Amino acid sequence: MILRGLLILAYAFLYIPIAVMIVFSFNASKLVTVWGGFSTKWYGELLHDEKVLDAAWLSLKVALASATLATVLGTLAAVVLVRFTRFFGRTLFTGMVTAPLVMPEVITGLSLLLLFVAMEAAFGWPAGRSVTTIVLAHATFSLAFVTVVVRSRLATMDRSLEEAAMDLGARPLKVFLTITLPLIAPSLLAGWLLAFTLSIDDVVISAFVSGPGATPLPIVIFSKVRLGVSPEINALATIVVAVVAVAMVVAGRVALRKDEARTG
Amino acid sequence: MASQPAFAPWTDPQAKPLIRFEAVSKRFGDFTAVDRVSLSIHKGEIFSLLGASGCGKTTLLRMLAGFETPSEGRIFIDGIDITNVPPYERPVNMMFQSYALFPHMTVEGNIAFGLKQDRLPKDVIAERTRAVLDLVQMGKFANRKPHQLSGGQRQRVALARALAKEPKVLLLDEPLGALDKKLREATQLELVNIQDRVGVTFVMVTHDQEEAMTMSSRIGVMNAGGIQQVGTPIDIYEYPESRFVADFIGAANMFEARVAGDRDGRLVVHCPELAHDLTIDHAAPLAAGTPVTVMVRPEKVAITRDMPAEGLNWAEGVVSDIAYLGDVSIFHVRLASGHKIEALQTNRRHTDEQKLTWDDKVYLGWHPANALVLTK
Ligand SMILES: Nc1ncnc2c1ncn2[C@@H]1O[C@H](COP(=O)(O)OP(=O)(O)OP(=O)(O)O)[C@@H](O)[C@H]1O
Ligand SMILES: [Mg+2]
Repeated sequence: MILRGLLILAYAFLYIPIAVMIVFSFNASKLVTVWGGFSTKWYGELLHDEKVLDAAWLSLKVALASATLATVLGTLAAVVLVRFTRFFGRTLFTGMVTAPLVMPEVITGLSLLLLFVAMEAAFGWPAGRSVTTIVLAHATFSLAFVTVVVRSRLATMDRSLEEAAMDLGARPLKVFLTITLPLIAPSLLAGWLLAFTLSIDDVVISAFVSGPGATPLPIVIFSKVRLGVSPEINALATIVVAVVAVAMVVAGRVALRKDEARTG
Repeated sequence: MASQPAFAPWTDPQAKPLIRFEAVSKRFGDFTAVDRVSLSIHKGEIFSLLGASGCGKTTLLRMLAGFETPSEGRIFIDGIDITNVPPYERPVNMMFQSYALFPHMTVEGNIAFGLKQDRLPKDVIAERTRAVLDLVQMGKFANRKPHQLSGGQRQRVALARALAKEPKVLLLDEPLGALDKKLREATQLELVNIQDRVGVTFVMVTHDQEEAMTMSSRIGVMNAGGIQQVGTPIDIYEYPESRFVADFIGAANMFEARVAGDRDGRLVVHCPELAHDLTIDHAAPLAAGTPVTVMVRPEKVAITRDMPAEGLNWAEGVVSDIAYLGDVSIFHVRLASGHKIEALQTNRRHTDEQKLTWDDKVYLGWHPANALVLTK
C-alpha cells in the first residue's frame, strides 16, 4: 500500500505540471492562470505565427539530421571500441568518448562556437551560424550517448554469431551488415531516439551555435516566455509533448518486436 | 564385414594426411595455450581432441577454423598452407558449442546463409537447404526461428548449417555438450551415421571420454597445451604411453615399482606395496633397477575367495568399499601395505549365494599380459 502510494506520488510529481500545461492550453482566457472556459483558439493562432512555425520546422530538421549523423558515427565508434580490442590508446578513447556525457553543456557549447569561428576564419566553412552549425553541434554532443547505448548492446552480443557468419564464408563487411547490424538494431533505434530528444529540447548549446537566420523552437519558446507565459506557448508545448509521446510509443513497439524475435 | 579392410589410413606411410599441424603453438600474452602441436588427420576420420578443461582443445580447433592465428608453426589442409588464410576462405566449417544460430533468421535462412555467400543460383540453394534439413530430420521446422526450437533441434540445425557447404572438414566443439545423457547417446550414433553418409572429415573437441571412445577413429589426448598421445580408442585405453594418459582415460590401478630382472621373456618388477613380485609382458627390455609404473585396469583384475591359479600375478587383501553401479560393481580392496586396488565385476546374476561383502578376505589376480609397464 505504502509502495503504491509512493509510486502515485512520484508519477504525480512527474506528470502534474505537464497535465496542468495541457489543460491550460485549452483555456479561453488570455490570463494563463485563470480558467475562462474551453477553447482551441490558441492552437489556431499558433498556425498563423510564422516565427513559431519556422522554428518548429527548423528544430525538426535539425533533430532528424543530427540524430541520424550521431547514430552513424556513434555506432562506428562503438563497433571500434568493442570489436577492435587491441589498438593503441584504446583505454584513452574509451574514456574520451564518454566524457561529453558529464561535460557541462555551457562548456560544450562554448568550445564548439570557438571551433566554428576558428574554422570559418581558416577555411571559410561553416559560413556563419546556421542550420549546419546547429546540426554539427547537436550531433557532436549526442554522439556520446549513442555510443554508450550501442556499446553496451554490442558487448553483450554473442561473439560466436559473427564468427559463425565468417566461418560460413561472409566477409567482415557482410558480417556486419547481415548479422551484427540487425541484432543491434534496437539499440540503434534507442540511440537515435535519445539523440533526437536531446536535440529537439536543447537550449544551451543551440544558444551558442545558432544565428539570427536559424533559431530552433526551444530558443523561440524561451525568448517568448521571458516576455510572459502565454496560452499560445502552452498550446505549442502540448503539441511537442504529443509528438514526442507518439514517437516514443511507436519506437517502443518496434524495439519490443525486435527483442521478441531475438530472444523469444 | 570381417573381410572389409579396416579403415586405418594413418598406418599407411604413403597416405597423404588431409590436415597437418606442424609444430603449432599459440600464446596469449606470456601464457602458452597450445604448445608445439604436430598432428596429422586423414580424410574420412572422426578425430577427437580429448583433455581436461583449459588444456587448449578449443584454441587448437579455432586455429583450424581461422579465428586464431598460430604464434608459431604452420597448418596445412590438402597440402595447402592455410596458416594465414582468413576463416571465410577456408574449406572448413564449424559447429559451435553454443550453436551460434542467427536468431533473426529462420532455420531455412540459417542454412541458406552459407550457400548465399557462394552466390549459388536460388534453386540450387533451396534444393541443398532442403537436402541437409532432411538429412538431420528437421524438414518440418524450416520456417521456425531458433528460439522456437528445443535444444536437440537447435543442435541439428547447427549441424545442418555446417554441413550445407559440403566442407572438407567439419569442426565440432563439444557438439553434444548441451544435451541430456539419453539424447546424447542417441545423437552420437546418429552423428557417426551422418558422417559415414556424407564422408566429411570430423575434428571434434570433447571432454567426455565415452563420447570420444564411441565416435572416434582416433583420439588425441591433450594436456597443458600439448598432445600427449594420438591413437585409436583401443590404443589409448589399452596401451597408454604415459602415466598421464593411463590415469586420464578410464580408471587405473597404478603401482610404483622397479625392474628386478626378466624371466621367460617377461619382465619381473618389484613393487614395495605388493607382497609378491609381478611378471609382465613387455616388448622392450629394461635394465634392472629402472623405476617404472605398473598399470592394471580394474576390469582386468579378477576378485576371488580362493587363491588364483599358478602363473597369475596376485595379491591378497580385504574388501574395504563396494560401489554398486547396477551393471557392474567396483570393489576397493585394501592390501596389507595399505595400498588400495580397484577390481570391477559384472553383476551377471540377480542373486549370488557367495556374495562378497565388506571386510571379506579376497584374492586379486591378473594375467601378465593385462598389466602395462609405463616409463614416461
Ligand atoms: N583469447 C584468449 N586470451 C587469453 N587466454 C585465452 C584466450 N583463449 C583461451 N585462453 C586460455 O587458453 C587456455 C586454453 O583454452 P581453451 O579454450 O582452448 O581450453 P579448452 O581445452 O577448450 O577448455 P574447455 O574444455 O574448458 O572448453 C585456457 O587457459 C584459456 O584461459
Ligand atoms: Mg573449449
